[in-house]
Amino acid sequence: MHAEEKFTDATWPASPEKATLEGKNKYLGFWLFLGGETVLFASLFATYLALKDKVPDDNMALAKDLFELPLTFIATMLLLTSSLTSVYAMYHMKNRDFKKMQSWLLVTVLLGAAFLGLEVYEFNHYVHEFGHTFTSSAFGSSFYTLVGFHGGHVAFGLMWIISLMVRNAKRGLNLYNAPKFYLASLYWHFIDVVWVFIFTVVYLMGMVG
Amino acid sequence: MKKRLQNWRLISLFAIMTLFLAGCGNAQLSALNPAGEVAKTQYDLMVLSTLIMVLVIIVVVILFVIVLFRFRHKKGDDSIPKQVEGSHKLEIIWTTIPILLLIILAVPTVMSTFDLADTKAMDVKDKDGKTKDALVVNVRANLYWWEFEYPDLGIVTSQELVVPTDQKVYFNLKSSDVKHSFWVPSVGGKMDTNVDGTNQFYLEFDNEKSNEAENLFHGKCAELCGPSHALMDFKVKTKTKDEFTAWVKDMQGVKEAVPAKGDVAKQGEEIFAESCIGCHAVTPNDSRPEAARLAPNLSNFGDRDKIAGVLDHTDEELGNWLEDPEKYKPGNKMTGTYGELDEEQISALTEYLMNLKVESK
Amino acid sequence: MSTYAKKKGFGATLWDFLTTVDHKKIAILYLITGGLFFVVGGLEAMFIRIQLAVPNNDFVSAGLYNEIITMHGTTMIFLAAMPLVFALMNAVMPLQIGARDVAFPFLNSLGFWLFFFGGTFLNLSWFMGGAPDAGWTSYASLALQSEGHGIDFYVLGLQISGLGTLIGGINFLVTIINMRTPGMTYMRMPLFTWSTFVVSALILFAFPPLTVGLTLMMFDRMFGANFFVTAAGGNTIIWEHLFWIFGHPEVYILILPAFGVFSELFATFSRKRLFGYSSMVFATVLIGFLGFMVWAHHMFTVGLGPIANAIFAVATMAIAVPTGIKIFNWIFTMWGGKVRFTTPMLYAVAFIPSFTMGGVTGIMNAAAPADYQYHDSYFVVAHFHYVIVGGVVLGLLAGITFYWPKMFGTMLNETLGKITFWFFLIGFHLTFFIQHFLGLLGMPRRVFTYQKDLGWETSNMISTVGAFLMAVGVLVMVYNIIITSIKNEKVGNDPWGDGRTLEWAISSPPPFYNFKQLPLVRGLDPYWIEKMEGKTEMTPAEPLGDIHMPNGSFLPVTISFGLFVAAFGALFHMDDKAWSIPVIIIGLLITFGSMLIRSVKDDHGFHIHKEDLMDNTDKGGKS
Repeated sequence: MHAEEKFTDATWPASPEKATLEGKNKYLGFWLFLGGETVLFASLFATYLALKDKVPDDNMALAKDLFELPLTFIATMLLLTSSLTSVYAMYHMKNRDFKKMQSWLLVTVLLGAAFLGLEVYEFNHYVHEFGHTFTSSAFGSSFYTLVGFHGGHVAFGLMWIISLMVRNAKRGLNLYNAPKFYLASLYWHFIDVVWVFIFTVVYLMGMVG
Repeated sequence: MKKRLQNWRLISLFAIMTLFLAGCGNAQLSALNPAGEVAKTQYDLMVLSTLIMVLVIIVVVILFVIVLFRFRHKKGDDSIPKQVEGSHKLEIIWTTIPILLLIILAVPTVMSTFDLADTKAMDVKDKDGKTKDALVVNVRANLYWWEFEYPDLGIVTSQELVVPTDQKVYFNLKSSDVKHSFWVPSVGGKMDTNVDGTNQFYLEFDNEKSNEAENLFHGKCAELCGPSHALMDFKVKTKTKDEFTAWVKDMQGVKEAVPAKGDVAKQGEEIFAESCIGCHAVTPNDSRPEAARLAPNLSNFGDRDKIAGVLDHTDEELGNWLEDPEKYKPGNKMTGTYGELDEEQISALTEYLMNLKVESK
Repeated sequence: MSTYAKKKGFGATLWDFLTTVDHKKIAILYLITGGLFFVVGGLEAMFIRIQLAVPNNDFVSAGLYNEIITMHGTTMIFLAAMPLVFALMNAVMPLQIGARDVAFPFLNSLGFWLFFFGGTFLNLSWFMGGAPDAGWTSYASLALQSEGHGIDFYVLGLQISGLGTLIGGINFLVTIINMRTPGMTYMRMPLFTWSTFVVSALILFAFPPLTVGLTLMMFDRMFGANFFVTAAGGNTIIWEHLFWIFGHPEVYILILPAFGVFSELFATFSRKRLFGYSSMVFATVLIGFLGFMVWAHHMFTVGLGPIANAIFAVATMAIAVPTGIKIFNWIFTMWGGKVRFTTPMLYAVAFIPSFTMGGVTGIMNAAAPADYQYHDSYFVVAHFHYVIVGGVVLGLLAGITFYWPKMFGTMLNETLGKITFWFFLIGFHLTFFIQHFLGLLGMPRRVFTYQKDLGWETSNMISTVGAFLMAVGVLVMVYNIIITSIKNEKVGNDPWGDGRTLEWAISSPPPFYNFKQLPLVRGLDPYWIEKMEGKTEMTPAEPLGDIHMPNGSFLPVTISFGLFVAAFGALFHMDDKAWSIPVIIIGLLITFGSMLIRSVKDDHGFHIHKEDLMDNTDKGGKS
């Protein structure tokens, strides 16, 4: 199949993201990239665990003083839901329903943005209430680096999805842009999975001490 | 026949190599001249692994030489050799034999890894908190000098480690600035002095071998630590148990700095009190915290073998060093901490320092 | 109308190389850049050997010496060996599997330019206040204390070029998985392709830890973080782990392609198929896998405790088994063959004993307690030079000589090649063999000088003499390249006469679209099979049709250049320069802007029409 081919609902392939060689390559390449990203986050997790609660001065806030369940729980729910909505978007992509795909992507973006907003609030809270900053201790450096790297990924994912939505708003789906949408959604799931680990390892395990 | 001759040549070459391995190097410095239990264990492991490896090399080289001579392409020969896929039998052979050889090496490796890490004796303390039956030395590495503290004896010294022979000496190793590594090649392998946490290990100094080495071993820093990494040497002086006890007595006896004798030395003492004492202590019972001990303890400077680890222990070299330390140890922390010294002041200081002797012999 | 083979002026050629996405041209870019960095690293090596030739030498100062050793190691590993390996992979692998190009031609070009700007950035340190001076391992406590910007150049330069490598790795993996020509099953892939495959997987999993390590160090040095600052709770051992989790697989990333090249050479020049092909594949994969399990053998003296040391010692020894399998398979490939000693084959033959030496000292190093003696001494220096020079560099020299006609359409002079070989080989053994003993006699590595009368003088002098012999060899090689390029005598498809794999079934150099029709592969060594049946070319697997090709693009250059600019901003951020943040922002804008353009601008490539392809054949121009 060819990237510039014109399609009807009937001829639209079942897996539009993998219908062309370019798509197939991108699909595989992106999975491999996510493999590399996994190692990247694994290294950051290891660093965080090694430096958790390592502060120069006993009066400084530790993980158990900082983290509060309600806030992070809401953030987790937001991101989990956004992952679900991106699944809906991909479902509509496979059915060649461009409008619905765009709307679900929009919901995804809004949820993601809300998550980022919460994260900014959270960081701000730690800095001003607890003096827990990037430079205050090794614990601070490793916390903000791990969670911040994830936040950076969320921000990049948002930019990516938004630019795809804007770029393709007027011309609908074809086999050239279907893999792009698919990869963006794959990336979004990956971010979500990483967050589940952050939620568990950083927040839940942090709260119990 | 020609081939066999070549093999013999190879074997004799390896024999010469082994000889070279066995009896070589400076007795004060060479890892091939093990002067203690630890170095001996390591040396034996080296020999064992070398023998196994030489065996492997011989096999490879023999096959290799045969191939090179027997299967050369001859001019004008355009035939196509048989395309052999492989041979399970051969492949199994060269998979299992190496595994067996490795097991032969792995067993002693694992055993001695655990043996050499056995520092339990350091944890046995008496009621005063002193180590019960073991001699412990705290080694603190600093940018280009070494401090040796005997915590149970109340002695701090530097640059020259003094140890008794024929008993295990236990070490706590750490660094106060960047990572270094503590290495006395003829007595045992190295251990890093990290900036995070303390490492522990032990060495043992063989009396006989120490005598052969004139009771002096070279110590080196083995981890790149800055410009003068190459010059971060120390010395180890070995003494018999009785001599060591005497040395400890002498050191403990110095409650105040050894007084200067003569006018020139007196003048030197004054200069020292003015410019040097802030960093350099001259009593072995330096009770200040480590962070305040910014420079080598000089209480037995006159007894030492080298100046700043690398210069000869002469008045002239000491003068040179005091005049411009940067020239002899680039990047050291002493440069620029005291004002310019004129010639007279230098010779006064030299006189004073060279007479800081503790040993009563 | 052979529009594709027009003569071009210099400007047009330059623009062509700046925008190319053709794997064969990118290979040439890698080769040239890697070659230049190899010469730079070699000069640094010569300075080291001159300084150490006699005791108490003052050819270079202590501080400068540390910069030279750091840059020698960093340059040779990251900026010479890696790109030269990538040059061969790019030049050969797609041809060996009969692919049109790599899976992501644009990313291929991006990978090169990231490497190019990263390497350039790193080397600019020489002119901007001093090079990094904490060793290529850049251990954190020393690196944080290092004054000036040397370490910052190291951190940022490697970060940028490392990204390029990672991209390259993913690209090759996808290419090999998705783009093999019909009939090219995994177990028919040439060993060089197999090693490219395994190496790419290693890159994918090994480079992220380095990325993280470099990021942490960048944060510590430039943005006030405390990862490695013990006073604030940090821990420097984290750096050592991250560095070696990357660093050990990196060794295999370098050596496996050399193994791949040698596998091709032994088969070709013995006129025999590779002995034990499937166990060779298995060994390659196993080496790659085990390569991740052994990093802590670089840290035996750190004080990780006897349990960790024992485990890593035994795991390390295990690697000897698959490596041994390879050595014996190579020997038995020659056994019963008709061995022709061409220049590349000479390298291959010399590789066996040289690399065996490096391998066995590796096992000696694996015995942890003995390693307490070897570690950070000249014994280790000798060991890894035996592996890297005796393995990787011999492999690269062999590979470059072997594939030179395929890349440039002309052969290097054999006589000069053999002169290079002998100088290099003898020089190499002279330089490094003696260093084993220097280490055992107590000489630590990375020392800028040594005292008299320690028993090290003669050995050091011998070592320096050897280094000069190697330098002569390299000079002869440079001369060889120049004169053969000037003569430029064109050669046919299979200039060595005994080519076995697909790349020898296509013209030298191949047309930019590679195989006009994808070739049909009927077994291992597909070209050899056809030759044995009396054919001169491959049977096509498809009818002649239009070929879809990607467009060239200048964006890889701008994306990489943006990071290059941003790196300067980050570097001077430490100095509280007011312009540092704007420079970072401008740089990142260039990068992300270019990425955005790439993303929103449709690029469907172009087609070479069937008629044009026929046209070329009719004119007999195997362009």
